Amino acid sequence: MAKGSIVAGCLAPHPPHLVYADNPDQNEPVSEGGWEQLRWGYERLRESLKDVDYDVIVVLSPHWQTYVGTHFIGVEKCSSKSVDPVFPNLFRFNYDLTIDVELARAIHDQAKSEGMSVKMMENPDFRVDYGTIVSCHMVRPEWDKPIVSISSNRSLSYYSVEVMQEMMMELGRSTAKAIEESGKKCVLLASNSLSHRHFVTETNPPEDMSKEHITSHAMHLWDMRMIELMRSGKSQQIINEMPEFCEQAIAESDGGALTWLLSAMDVPTEPATLHGYGTIIGTGNAIMEWPCHTWGEQ
Amino acid sequence: MMSGEIIKSLIVPPHPHPVLCPDKNEGWQRIRDAYDEARRQIEESDADLIIIYSTLWPSVIGHQIQADPNPEWVMVDADFHDLGSIHYSLKIDTDFAHAWNKANISRGLESRTVAYDGFPVDVGSVVALELLNPNNRIPAVICSTNVYSNRAETTVLAKSCMDVIKQQGKKAVAVSVMSLSNRMFTEAIEPHEDRIHSLKDDEWNQKILEFLSEGRLEDIGQLSRTIHDQIRVKKVVAFKPMWWLSAMNDNRNDLTGKVLAYEPIHGAGAAVVVLDPQSNGTGDKEYDEDDVDFYGGDRNVLDSSEDETESSPLDSGPALYDPVEGKNAVNTSKAPKPVGAYPHARREGDLIYLSGVGPRQPGDNSIPGGPIKDKAGNPLNYDIKAQTRAVVDNIARILEEAGSSLDNVIDVTSFLVDMDRDFSGYNEVWAETLGKVGPTRTTLAIRALPTPIAVEMKVIAKV
Repeated sequence: MAKGSIVAGCLAPHPPHLVYADNPDQNEPVSEGGWEQLRWGYERLRESLKDVDYDVIVVLSPHWQTYVGTHFIGVEKCSSKSVDPVFPNLFRFNYDLTIDVELARAIHDQAKSEGMSVKMMENPDFRVDYGTIVSCHMVRPEWDKPIVSISSNRSLSYYSVEVMQEMMMELGRSTAKAIEESGKKCVLLASNSLSHRHFVTETNPPEDMSKEHITSHAMHLWDMRMIELMRSGKSQQIINEMPEFCEQAIAESDGGALTWLLSAMDVPTEPATLHGYGTIIGTGNAIMEWPCHTWGEQ
Repeated sequence: MMSGEIIKSLIVPPHPHPVLCPDKNEGWQRIRDAYDEARRQIEESDADLIIIYSTLWPSVIGHQIQADPNPEWVMVDADFHDLGSIHYSLKIDTDFAHAWNKANISRGLESRTVAYDGFPVDVGSVVALELLNPNNRIPAVICSTNVYSNRAETTVLAKSCMDVIKQQGKKAVAVSVMSLSNRMFTEAIEPHEDRIHSLKDDEWNQKILEFLSEGRLEDIGQLSRTIHDQIRVKKVVAFKPMWWLSAMNDNRNDLTGKVLAYEPIHGAGAAVVVLDPQSNGTGDKEYDEDDVDFYGGDRNVLDSSEDETESSPLDSGPALYDPVEGKNAVNTSKAPKPVGAYPHARREGDLIYLSGVGPRQPGDNSIPGGPIKDKAGNPLNYDIKAQTRAVVDNIARILEEAGSSLDNVIDVTSFLVDMDRDFSGYNEVWAETLGKVGPTRTTLAIRALPTPIAVEMKVIAKV
């Protein structure tokens, strides 16, 4: 069996506003659009992945928050409605998706063998979180690829950014090893925003773009710094600066997704492609792609 | 006006173990038994509403209040999904939910109701209602915890809730769904291995429970920040529920408290505590934090400082006066300060004469709906309906201080600075409020009012 591989790694933010603005059939609310800079960014990412051959999307979402280790969905067919408890006016999405339980379990087993606290989620009543759904939908709205859904272990809450990163580095290595041994080609999604300070009021309509902007200049500076580091292939520096970024920008990478992604790609020195940047209710969001499938060709 | 009250307050844990597997651990069973005892106490009372403040429903856009009359779904815990599922079908007091939302807004809070099929009611609310109110005998209302709210905002949230309890004459049970120490084990454990995560957590929990058993709820409210620092993992919401619960009990320290159970659930401190409003006889303690009736904090962040149309502190304009304490004067801290030397109202015989009442808010002098002009005199867009509602609310507070109410208003003279623009909106709010009471009314167009407001009312009422 040929070795599996990560063919692309993506920073794929999940604010539900993006699906709301796209008006897919699965989502109940209807909008007049909005957040086009980011939605066009996702369009460019989809175009970039169009001819890439892959089998599975592996996604880590900070909106499946677990405090007792890292969890993996272990139910093959998941159908229900995902309603965002924070923005239920925007996101009520009827989903019907397939989980690659075999790969999920392989990552689970590998992480467990490395001493991590892990658990398979096998309750058929479980509802998939909206972060997972938004990121997957924006990357692959056809929903024709199985996914692996990984929870966000809130180890930062219990310990520190450093401990969180240590655990996510291990989870990333375990993910890469399990993928390699599976023989599957995977796209990895880190489902998180960058700076993460929200506005606490909402416009009417929510898609009124005349009111959308970053919450503060400091948040903008942090977002641009992180994007520049990604664009210049300085992954290790991102990891080094993560504690300050999380603290000062209230960054959503505190959930571990970005660190996990960088680790799974072996902390790449290759540059990432920026497909789009924009703010959503004040938070900073970048759509980035590390085109791993091209690296061996260089 | 009808009289309502909090007849009981509860602190209960959010974890699903007492519902799904109490038999697996003696401590979890004791929590279940304590839940059952609390349920019996509610059933034996004349409670007609259960109010849930859940720390497991975080919100960003202000506070959210469940207003679906019958939320139904299947709840699976994000961590403890292997314990099973809880099918829930709840009965929500939607009238109360909408009234609370409206009261929140009138007190300066960002607030909204939610009523969507499939909305994921949080595990804490589901567990609490499943065990305290298993057959939906009593309607409930559920409120989120805002991740950015401070004590002032949380206190005002409780006060607006109390406004509605009093207006509707409810006999309410207030429930904070929360852990004490919330540090769980980060790895799976066998049920028999469960214990409070650390000795320090246990000692702090014991101290909290000692205070609560003495009815010292406000003391715990004031210690909340310290407790959060000492024994709380920094999850999305801080140790806010004691702020809410204390304000629901008028920030008292002399309640009658009883701890029904205290046990670990996966390392966290789980307790069932009942607080009755009867004084324990020790005498109340001093309430030494700033009281706040209206929220004027971090809002309008969508607007630039040059474009504040929602609300703006009155930091320029005429000087403000303390209301004059003359003969038969009626004054209240719940109404805006006068712009001259006069009282809020004056009682003569069985009539009450109010000085002209505008929409300014007591405390910060903000103007709901926004000022009509900026400091330089440039006109601003403003919301006449919000201003009119605020006027009526201010009138209600002054009348309440006088021992009367809106129901007793007999004559109103209204002043509008822009009749063409504002009469329709003003008239609409009138119809929803005073129009239902039926006082006589005269509406005049005038050139200006002393502060940048669009509407003022002069009221005569009976005691």
